[in-house]
Amino acid sequence: MSDIMRPATEWELKSMMTALSERSIPVEILGAGSKRGVGRPVVAPVVLTTGAMRGISLYEPAELVMSARAGTPLSQVEVELASRGQMLPFEPIDLGPMLGTGAGQQTIGAVFAANLSGSRRISAGAARDYLLGVRGVNGHAEIFKSGGRVMKNVTGYDVARGLAGSWGTLAVLSEVTFKVLPLPDDVLTLVYPDLTDDLAVEMMSLALTEPYEVSGTVHLAPALVSRLTHKTLSKEKRSVTAIRLENFTRSISYRKQRLRNALRAYGEPIELDLESSLAFWGDMRALSFFPPNGTHVWRISTAPSMAASLVASVRRHMKVEAYYDWSGGLIWLETPASADAGSADIRRAVATHGGHATLIRADETVRRTVEVFQPLGPAVDRITRGLKQAFDPMNILNPGRMYASL
Amino acid sequence: MASIALPLPDPEIVGRRESIVRDLVVLCGADAVISDEDGRRAFETDALTAYRRMPLAIVLPSTTEGVSAVLKYAKANGIKVMPRGAGTSLAGGAVPLEDSIVVGISKMNRVLEIDFHNRFARVEAGITNLAISAAVGAEDFFYAPDPSSQIACTLAGNIAMNSGGAHCLKYGVTTNNVLGVRMVTIDGEVVDIGGAHLDSEGYDLLALIVGSEGQFGIVTEATVRILRAAEGARPMMIGFESSAKAGICVARIIASGIIPVAIEFMDKPAIEVCEAFAKAGYPMNVEALLIIEVEGSEQEIADRLAYIASIAHELNPQALVVSGSPEQSAKIWKGRKSAFGAIGRISDYYCMDGTIPLAHLPHVLEQISAICAKYGLRVANIFHAGDGNLHPLVMYDANAPGEADKAEKAGAEILKLCVSVGGCLTGEHGVGLEKRDLMRVQFSEEDIAVQLRIKAVFDPDWLLNFGKVFPLDDVQAAIDKAQRARTEAPPSEAAA
Ligand SMILES: Cc1cc2nc3c(=O)[nH]c(=O)nc-3n(C[C@H](O)[C@H](O)[C@H](O)COP(=O)(O)OP(=O)(O)OC[C@H]3O[C@@H](n4cnc5c(N)ncnc54)[C@H](O)[C@@H]3O)c2cc1C
Repeated sequence: MSDIMRPATEWELKSMMTALSERSIPVEILGAGSKRGVGRPVVAPVVLTTGAMRGISLYEPAELVMSARAGTPLSQVEVELASRGQMLPFEPIDLGPMLGTGAGQQTIGAVFAANLSGSRRISAGAARDYLLGVRGVNGHAEIFKSGGRVMKNVTGYDVARGLAGSWGTLAVLSEVTFKVLPLPDDVLTLVYPDLTDDLAVEMMSLALTEPYEVSGTVHLAPALVSRLTHKTLSKEKRSVTAIRLENFTRSISYRKQRLRNALRAYGEPIELDLESSLAFWGDMRALSFFPPNGTHVWRISTAPSMAASLVASVRRHMKVEAYYDWSGGLIWLETPASADAGSADIRRAVATHGGHATLIRADETVRRTVEVFQPLGPAVDRITRGLKQAFDPMNILNPGRMYASL
Repeated sequence: MASIALPLPDPEIVGRRESIVRDLVVLCGADAVISDEDGRRAFETDALTAYRRMPLAIVLPSTTEGVSAVLKYAKANGIKVMPRGAGTSLAGGAVPLEDSIVVGISKMNRVLEIDFHNRFARVEAGITNLAISAAVGAEDFFYAPDPSSQIACTLAGNIAMNSGGAHCLKYGVTTNNVLGVRMVTIDGEVVDIGGAHLDSEGYDLLALIVGSEGQFGIVTEATVRILRAAEGARPMMIGFESSAKAGICVARIIASGIIPVAIEFMDKPAIEVCEAFAKAGYPMNVEALLIIEVEGSEQEIADRLAYIASIAHELNPQALVVSGSPEQSAKIWKGRKSAFGAIGRISDYYCMDGTIPLAHLPHVLEQISAICAKYGLRVANIFHAGDGNLHPLVMYDANAPGEADKAEKAGAEILKLCVSVGGCLTGEHGVGLEKRDLMRVQFSEEDIAVQLRIKAVFDPDWLLNFGKVFPLDDVQAAIDKAQRARTEAPPSEAAA
């Protein structure tokens, strides 16, 4: 069994890291552990969790900024924001339900360390776009900061944003500072049933070329629709394609009409009101339609116009169920259990269509044998290794989690 | 002005100037190389004109391969390189050194691909900021970041500085709008990062490259996000008897749940100068003016402006004018966007760029006035109020002995003030040469060490844009340390 370290302060974190780095002892870094099953398995005698470093240290609603210790539960952050009518605009997804670690567990530090963004990413940007500053401890056991608490800051390199999506392999974050935005007054969703993948992507892209600030565009295969927790939609036996509008009620009713006109050719939509919309987009955030059922799940980023063809080319080799987010720019693909999780075919399809793929859900044995993150080209690989060396020369932070020998 | 020390040139390199010029001509052709004195003089400074140095030569390649050839040559010969776009940096980011080659990408300014379906444009990085919006404007699309220098500045410069603009309150700055770059490393290697898809595989190298001030490589192409323009947009002007009230108004608007596309602030001296220049119809009897723009359909615009007006009315504004026509809107923006130029017509000025938490606005503005008064200098304040990014323009007379130095001292005090209230040295102009020696005000030794190690990943010999961003002592110490580590480490470990 691993030893567990639970620093409660940044100084404790630093002293623990000093002890580990002096003796080159590898350490697995966790928040709440809800995403522990993502990435290559980390072999380390010590586990360090940020869970005891918690609390919101700064919240200025009129300046749209919040700072929180890395181990603060996301749920606490979101409750606090909602109490002042604000939100995390990038709508972080929750991988807990899919990975069988339970809903609502994740910490705010891990949301940024994994750069997890949800459906609103197409209009609002990604988690990394809202990250204003970080504090943390690197593999040299140095406490460092980057960025700050103000909205605009180009003082020095953007190290904070550079750490987004590094999955604890470069530094242990101790505090994150991020921009927040007001919650929309109202939400409405137009749901178009029974579109093929091609047509759905075409329509979703068209919706984004209209000036109505569409803030979510998703398309789900019929099998996934039937697994929704949404009461009415789950009874649809067809695919659904959903377009979200968020705004003041008066704007929404105007924009809805305009949008319906522009998308006339794609059929008659079902309209979801505020409450029904929140339930539907809640399903999207929790990815609850990928219950732990022994299948694998891939996350593929590509240009929207490539999405349907990419999925079709994988489908020639295996049975897949696809959920398209970001107008098709993000594909979540459920693939049957197999020794390589369909890796060879999926990587080939991604290579010909452009973009990158990450294996999000697979057994430990599979994750030990196939590349989980997108393999890097030689130049990017060299820079990546250089950065790892710069932050963590002993290679003790989450060794091997993203790439073997790194 | 001129208290910031530029690194001394290496006489050996300067002595080889003629042969270096010959080599560059062989590599890129004679029409791509500028080596005569008059020609070089045009490249000896940027918009921080107090600092100037004659570079060895200027190369203006037309292709990525050309850039690659020059960088390979520079690396092999240990010659410093300064990447340059349009030279509009206000921070001295594009001031060359006497022993450096300037590599400009202004000839690489083509649009390579426009894809409305996937909402991106792929361009050569020497294209001007405004030309990107112009290329997609017919379809009602635009490229969002809009620095006031957008007619002239290049996308490459924007990427290097992570530039912002008035409309970034809603749409974000450069880093939020760039999807990919093609960059040539100092080894001459061409690296593609990102592209038409969203989010990076592996580490977010794009996040590091945007804002790296020309110190990681030369960017020759980029893929940027283009957005569908709103149905319409309209500004309103609200004038107050004090800056404090204007600050409260901004905070209340944002806290109320409306995020306008832009909230710009001008104080009385700025209003007077800009009005004289642009005849924008700014109210003249106010101490502080907000320009607030909202977007949407006619009805939406009317609703939102009315809502903002109701917030402002609680604070007894002295003026509240909604633009009545596209012509009036254009004038209101022209006045704001030409503010630096307008001030430049009446005085030399030193433009600061600190950002502060908005709650400190009244205090900071008072202190800025006090600091400038202490040095006997005038100041005009123009800034992006929605995100707390200040641009105090410290006015001075470059011909009056000692005034420039005073302006520089006042500027440094203002920036220290910004940091002391929780803000930063620079919100959008970059550190460059200008704020290099103030970095330790904001950052600890470790913070700087972390950044210097990243620089060393890309350019361990410090050939790219040397002398900028970090205090020279810190840079030298890092170089020495790396050198020691290299000589001390047994060869096997050094290779690993
Ligand atoms: C009147 C005026 C108004 C301004 N308004 C704003 C504003 O509203 N917002 C704002 O953010 N800035 C503003 N600026 C500052 C300036 O315009 C920006 O910093 C701009 O991005 C610089 O672009 P440039 O092409 O002129 O770059 P340059 O000045 O030539 O270079 C700037 C930096 O970029 C590096 N660089 C250039 N090309 C490359 C390349 N190909 N690869 C790598 N690095 C490169 C240079 O080495 C240098 O460090 C203003 C400047 C002026 C003079």
